[in-house]
Amino acid sequence: MTADHSPVTEDELHAYVDGELPADRIDAVTAWLSTNPDAAALVTAWRAQADAIRARYGATAQEPVPQRLKVDRLLQRRRSWTALAAAASVAAFLVGGAAGWFAHGATAAPSNGIATLTMEALDAHKLYVVEVRHAVEVSGNEKPHITTWLSKRLGYRLLVPDLQDFGLKLVGGRLLPGATGAAAFYMYENAAGERFTMYCAKATTPASALHYKGEGNVAAFYWVDKDVAYVVSGPADRAKLEKITRAIYDQVEKADVRKL
Amino acid sequence: MPSFGQNVEATIPALRRYARALTRNADIADDLVQDTLVRALRSEHLFHGGDIRSWLYTILTNLNRNRLRGLARRPILSPIEDNDAPDMAGPESGARDIERALATLVDEQRTALLLVVLEGLSYREVAEIQGVPIGTVMSRLARARSQIKSYLDGERPALRRVK
Repeated sequence: MTADHSPVTEDELHAYVDGELPADRIDAVTAWLSTNPDAAALVTAWRAQADAIRARYGATAQEPVPQRLKVDRLLQRRRSWTALAAAASVAAFLVGGAAGWFAHGATAAPSNGIATLTMEALDAHKLYVVEVRHAVEVSGNEKPHITTWLSKRLGYRLLVPDLQDFGLKLVGGRLLPGATGAAAFYMYENAAGERFTMYCAKATTPASALHYKGEGNVAAFYWVDKDVAYVVSGPADRAKLEKITRAIYDQVEKADVRKL
Repeated sequence: MPSFGQNVEATIPALRRYARALTRNADIADDLVQDTLVRALRSEHLFHGGDIRSWLYTILTNLNRNRLRGLARRPILSPIEDNDAPDMAGPESGARDIERALATLVDEQRTALLLVVLEGLSYREVAEIQGVPIGTVMSRLARARSQIKSYLDGERPALRRVK
């Protein structure tokens, strides 16, 4: 204690443990600790914490790096993604003019608003159907919660269709950002692992006929009813998707979706 | 001179270690590292010299913060389970205790502690990564250490009793 009388701060103790203390203070702090057992115990505890953290996680850096994290591979994938994105936008442009319809008979071609929503729905579909662990935010076991939560966020009472007749079980739902605000997104899955999704968002037009849009191996039916746009996406099997869509369409019609 | 890609590659083991400790889940950790690498490789033109390692730690730290914010927005929070990765040297209670203790920390405190203790970065580097003054880094460290200490002092006997 005779060597240095300036008080040792807690900051200095941390710096001491982390090797950040200026060289001319190290001796002073060491001496001070020898006469302050409480502070010395603290320093020992902090060092033990650091040792435990290094012991628990240090070996991770010794593990072989998985293939998916190799720089060469990531660079290659990046190139193919860029090509894919370019191809997808060309495909979307071509498909835009060829969209079909059924149900209420022909009306006007879809406005840009619904085309955008459909693109977003298809993107969400493609993004999330491949997810195993994080496909949805709220599990299908909590259907009432999904309904109230998403209804509240979107501002109108939503229906979560029942598709048991098609062997489709509700995987769950999630909230997504959309061109017109929040969008609700539900996912269904059958025993074969095929996934179908339904996307609901506020529409820019009050109503529209039912349209079909194929995009590679996925396809979607979409329509607007009472200011709400619906997009049902799934594998590109038009007949099957049409049956499922009709069932959803009927359920939504019956449910009489209203603004909250 | 090693290329940008080679410099990035050389940092991957350390990034995986940091991410593993941050998330305490091997899969989520590697997802985070992958996102970090994709972003870094895409943004090579934004890197104006300096320490690549610090830059990558910064990207990973920010991505993890965004991830946690996303989780916090979820209406239902599932408790973070201990993921006893197979790489663990037996069911040693000390390793699990520190894992649980880390899980109780506020994200920014855990980040500061891990960057200093596990990654061996200086207070100044951590301040730059977290975008705060050095004094803030030090108070985060102090709070993290004090929280871990009280967790280990208080909780460990209770956990032992359960076993």
